[in-house]
Amino acid sequence: MKTAISLLAFAIAFPLAMQALDQPFYIGFGARVLIYAMAAASLNLVLGYGGMVSFGHAAFFGAGAYIVGILAVEGTRSAWIAWPLAVAVAALAALVIGAMSLRTRGVYFIMITLAFAQMLYYIFVSLKAYGGDDGLSLPGRSTVGLGLELRNDLTWYYVVLALLAATLYLLHRLVHSRFGRVIEAIRENETRAAAIGYPVYGYKLACFVISGAIAGLAGALIANQSSYVSPSLLHWIQSGTLMIMVILGGVGRFWGGPIGAAALLALEETLSGSALLGDYALHWQLPVGAILLAIVLFAPQGIVGFFARRRHA
Amino acid sequence: MSGILFLEQTLNGLQFGLMLFLLAAGLTLVFGIMDMINLAHGSLYMIGAYLMASFVAATGSFWLALPLALAATAVVGVALEMSVLRRLYERDHLAQVLATFAIILIANEAVRIVWGPQPILLNAPAGLTGPVELPGGVQYASYRLAIIGVGTAVAVLLYVLVTRTRVGMLVRAGASNREMAIAMGVNIRRLFTAVFALGAALCALAGAMLGPILAVQVGMGENILILAFVVIVIGGIGSIRGAFVGALLVGLVDTMGRALLPIGFAQIFPPQVASNLGPSLSSIMIYVLMAAVLVFRPQGLFPARG
Amino acid sequence: MLEIRGLSKRFGGVVATDDVTLEVARDEVHALIGPNGAGKTTIVAQLSGSLSPDAGEIIFLGANLTHAPQHVRVRAGLARSYQITSIFKRFTVLDNLALAVQARTGSSLSFWRPVATEQALFDAARAIAADIGLGERVDVIAGTLAHGEQRALEVGLALATRPKLVLLDEPMAGMGPEESQRMIELIGRTRSRVAVLLVEHDMDAVFRLADRISVLVNGRLITTGTPAEVRANAEVRRAYLGDEGAARD
Repeated sequence: MKTAISLLAFAIAFPLAMQALDQPFYIGFGARVLIYAMAAASLNLVLGYGGMVSFGHAAFFGAGAYIVGILAVEGTRSAWIAWPLAVAVAALAALVIGAMSLRTRGVYFIMITLAFAQMLYYIFVSLKAYGGDDGLSLPGRSTVGLGLELRNDLTWYYVVLALLAATLYLLHRLVHSRFGRVIEAIRENETRAAAIGYPVYGYKLACFVISGAIAGLAGALIANQSSYVSPSLLHWIQSGTLMIMVILGGVGRFWGGPIGAAALLALEETLSGSALLGDYALHWQLPVGAILLAIVLFAPQGIVGFFARRRHA
Repeated sequence: MSGILFLEQTLNGLQFGLMLFLLAAGLTLVFGIMDMINLAHGSLYMIGAYLMASFVAATGSFWLALPLALAATAVVGVALEMSVLRRLYERDHLAQVLATFAIILIANEAVRIVWGPQPILLNAPAGLTGPVELPGGVQYASYRLAIIGVGTAVAVLLYVLVTRTRVGMLVRAGASNREMAIAMGVNIRRLFTAVFALGAALCALAGAMLGPILAVQVGMGENILILAFVVIVIGGIGSIRGAFVGALLVGLVDTMGRALLPIGFAQIFPPQVASNLGPSLSSIMIYVLMAAVLVFRPQGLFPARG
Repeated sequence: MLEIRGLSKRFGGVVATDDVTLEVARDEVHALIGPNGAGKTTIVAQLSGSLSPDAGEIIFLGANLTHAPQHVRVRAGLARSYQITSIFKRFTVLDNLALAVQARTGSSLSFWRPVATEQALFDAARAIAADIGLGERVDVIAGTLAHGEQRALEVGLALATRPKLVLLDEPMAGMGPEESQRMIELIGRTRSRVAVLLVEHDMDAVFRLADRISVLVNGRLITTGTPAEVRANAEVRRAYLGDEGAARD
């Protein structure tokens, strides 16, 4: 609770501070962080809480983005239509992909989720009418009415923040509910969970769909962020990036997704513009890779886990 | 649909499949014996191609550069195994995925730093740049034939190594039941480092040979890596035979799908639909194949385990 | 209440279960014994649903459960415990048991209400914990319990689902004499509420608890009877003691 309040306070104050410091660029950057926080949180649900190593999560993220993009280009720019539709399509994709993938275990599951995501990637790349390889430019951000202009970066930031806060609140209730318990039990010991009477497949699928739906919402938002969608949003490298965020933050910890997203994007931002790295700033992915490797090898509990342990020591 | 095109595409598929086999063989053994998912396998392929290009530039000879590139990549592979990958054997798949993904990032950037961001040139050896006439009057690139030749030779060598030699027997034992092999006194660590070095050399061979045909650029590893994983999932984890059959299957389906599906579609559908549907469907053909195999044989076609 | 008719299972060339027919009555403790490799755990696996028989039928309380998925069997009242401890190691004892109680009380497709507010769930879990002798240890992380305590939790999880028949697969595995005593007493306490099919090697426990004993050798059932009958059976003695043992009579 305390974490939530302090983070929320920080998030509310952040863009105002940036405005005061005459750094409007960072308001947009902040919104981007919030969107990826949502995407990472959705992955953390299925990966951290559910124990399902889905390497195809970007598919739902990208699908949500493309729904908004395609609708916008075809003339439908209302957020009230496009965003729920993005969520619905992403959820449907998760239902279909999950139904098939969850019949497999271990590495086969990882591979098959990867494969399905690649399939979706190729399908969107082949849509020449909607940009294909080059991606699709949107005419502008979605319209919400209510007297709000999403074109304004500050307004946009707060709308995203409101959605993120609502999503995280729902996720919090979810993981502490009966459903959340069962999902964690399945992660801990799937055989026993079945042996005490839970239809394991159904629960995993439900978790997978919920996670995909939230990713779809994040996708709808990312399409709006730069008014541009690209097939790279669905690429497995994108899935990998989301996984990095989750483990960086702390897999299975509630704040793992958001913290990890913020940390990774902040790292990316500092390294790529850094005077420290000088000419090598272009190669910021190398230190990111090194840090990720170090985390996996030496601090697998991630940032949140690291601080949690300190508190208990 | 012309018979020439069909023959050409079949040979292309064979060629691609054999190279995929080189990658898949190393990958499946690593997976089978150590139960480790190694995403960095594609990076070894990329490093092999880049090293090959440099050695060719340095020595002026394709065939002289080839063994150098293989050896150098094997060394890189062993260094990687001993420094980082060893620590991952006991970890869960997620940790392995993330750690080796990190290695991909590091390797990609390292290559960019050393060789620059632009794709580099790797030429086919002089003497193999022209076409060869096949029975039936078909012209086919001699270099591609050479690839088929090399690939087949290596496949035969691997088969002999794995089924006829003592080392091969140890490898198969390790792949089929690691605990048992250890219990019977096999030094699984040393065996594994050796297998890894071999896998790295095979990657380098594939990278070096495919370099003149595909581009030598950063990120080439990721594209082919996913195909290699599809191959071993189809073939059965831990099985060389499975990797071979799977690789040929994937190579043929992918190549012929890309070439023939658009043509076939153009016959059936109006051009607007065909030009959209054809390419996208052919790209996903191998994934459909993998899904189909997993439905009927969830352990792959030739599972080594159990 | 449980009828197994002509159950058969083979793995490649090995016949693990060979046309086994037996039944367990209400309020009975029925022990299943046999030398190592006789196929006892294979039978338990087929009964609980993790393995599918090649032939034969499993009828429980009139319902044909031969190929039913595991959770359906548990809902019908057929639960099992595992020979190799299979608990939720990172949860507390209380949470372990609460999970099992949760499975049988209402739907878990509940996404909103925090589980922590469901007092009834945890009260039921505490009651079971007391029953299995872990009343004082409810807040301990299951993975840190002593071996005997883990085995007790193992059985407790099965019992928490309020089964009508429970399959206990070597509950005393790896236990010392004192812990075994406690387990025997535990099983003794439950026998009034639930029928038990007990797979065990510990002959002391078997002969003290069992109403009837079935003997399995090489996948085949060689006899079923009261403890006295089984003890006197020549074929059983031959199976356990070898030919000299039987010849000595």
